[in-house]
Amino acid sequence: MLKVFWAFIKKEFYHIIRDKRTLLILFGMPLAQILIFGYAVTNEFKDAEIDILDHAKDETSKQLINHLQSSGNFIVNSNLISENELETGMKAGKSKLVLVIPNDFSKDFYAGNPLKIQLIADGSDPNNANTLVQYVNDMVRKFKTEKVSAGLNPFQIGVETRMIYNPQLISAYNFVPGTIALILLIICAMLTSLTISKEKELGTMEILLVSPLPPLLIILGKVTPYAFLSFINAVIVLLIGYFVFNVPIIGSLGLLLLMCFLYVITALSLGTLISTVSATQQSAMMKSLMGLMLPSMLLSGFIFPLASMPIVLQYLGNIVPATYFINILKGIMLRGAGLNIILYEVGVLILMTVVLLALAMKNFKIRLE
Amino acid sequence: MNDEKVIQVQDLTKKFGDFTAVDAITFDVYRGEIFGFLGANGAGKTTAMKMLNGLSKPTSGNGTVAGLDVIKQSEKIKERIGYMSQRFSLYEDLTVKENIRFYGGVYGLSKQKIKDKTDQILEELQLTEVASKLVKALPLGWKQRLAFAISMVHDPKIVFLDEPTGGVDPAVRRQFWEAIYEAAKGGSTIFVTTHYMDEAEYCDRVSIMVDGKIEALDTPDNLKAHYNAESMDEVFLKLARN
Repeated sequence: MLKVFWAFIKKEFYHIIRDKRTLLILFGMPLAQILIFGYAVTNEFKDAEIDILDHAKDETSKQLINHLQSSGNFIVNSNLISENELETGMKAGKSKLVLVIPNDFSKDFYAGNPLKIQLIADGSDPNNANTLVQYVNDMVRKFKTEKVSAGLNPFQIGVETRMIYNPQLISAYNFVPGTIALILLIICAMLTSLTISKEKELGTMEILLVSPLPPLLIILGKVTPYAFLSFINAVIVLLIGYFVFNVPIIGSLGLLLLMCFLYVITALSLGTLISTVSATQQSAMMKSLMGLMLPSMLLSGFIFPLASMPIVLQYLGNIVPATYFINILKGIMLRGAGLNIILYEVGVLILMTVVLLALAMKNFKIRLE
Repeated sequence: MNDEKVIQVQDLTKKFGDFTAVDAITFDVYRGEIFGFLGANGAGKTTAMKMLNGLSKPTSGNGTVAGLDVIKQSEKIKERIGYMSQRFSLYEDLTVKENIRFYGGVYGLSKQKIKDKTDQILEELQLTEVASKLVKALPLGWKQRLAFAISMVHDPKIVFLDEPTGGVDPAVRRQFWEAIYEAAKGGSTIFVTTHYMDEAEYCDRVSIMVDGKIEALDTPDNLKAHYNAESMDEVFLKLARN
């Protein structure tokens, strides 16, 4: 039986290396995704251009402006002279933010008088605006603590926020787990469903079913090469994440790989299930794209947080395997969580896999009727 | 031809819900025979054939194929039969050799046996020169003969050919039938479905299915005499019209 299995796997590898489309999905997709998510889709910003309307023009206000620029996050686009010019930079699409410093800034600052710095942000890009405002707030607070020793004003209560696990809010920390979840799903599920429905389409599946091979062996022979290749892909993404984007792996590497393996099995069962309900490669492709890729991207909490979605979408998100897998990955990689902490997610994934496998086996038409 | 029955079928029936696709068919096929299984599309040919090669369980009736029971031993039957469908059943992105090797492996042949078979098939079909070419690159006629040879790679007792010559030009069809004759001479039993009536003339015996029933079963000559027809085409038309 092992010999037959081996013959099958060899044949499957021939298919893979001779099909440009499969190769492209297999190795082009992960690379493209990492590059896109790594460099293009990012919440960080560098050199955001801002305008400044400095009414005070004194020593302290200059220091504040320098302080902002020194961070490397902001570049002053133009120094405005009057209130009339506030929106010009933004309208031209150049500036993202205007900072207005009031009169007598220096005096009020050192006297501890209440003073207000005005921030005007371009809300047409809300995410960006939010992040910018947050950064400026942070920097102003830092500036204040640097200049005024805390003892001077003991009754002032400042709220200090501190992000842990990802203190700089580096988006790579979010996209590497997300990309792994997406890539494993696409390669395993989509390619498996494609390769099985291809045999159906060409009629070779019929021949295999008339042969003495047990149906389980046919399926195993078809999915094993893909499981192997996806696992390698997961490792590649982890490596690129670690070395290129400096995403740490705090928890156990063994546990991490084990979880990747579990998820590969989940994705393979999904792919097999899809192939059992599609007669052609095209329909398998459509089902994989619509049914797997979109939900995994949009409803898994990868790009948009689940908690802020309408309740219906939250429920949908809860049946997407990627949701749990991303949590597991973040837990292990960023927080160093052990198995006891991710037990719930692991349980759900195992349950999903069992159900999917059972459905796929039941659906796989042992007899072509 | 001899008296050994390799297929025996009694009242074999297949129902899908209320629809009776195959209605109590009874027939025998002898060893070394070329048995033509004819019928219009939808007459139940394919369903009947699937019951014989273990892809479909009969609703009622019984039968044996290669000495094995079609209901209880359908998995075992698969080891003793060969099958080729109208869609050629080869992997186009594998080479000629790889195809032979793969199917040899599927039927559990030993390494040495696979090697011998490969050499034998390549030589018989004069494909040695293109052995390492992808099947995709071969002309249709070659592919078809290769598919036939591969369906017999494990020396099955019976080969089922499901419309093997569909969509192929007459010259290629002639060539293919020569290969079938060769195989039958070697003692294999050939069970072939077709809707080309001229091909029916090449068969030793022919059964004609109409609406799930076998309406006629005899040698082509006897059928023509019985229905007072010039050709099998006429026989078929007369039967189908009634």
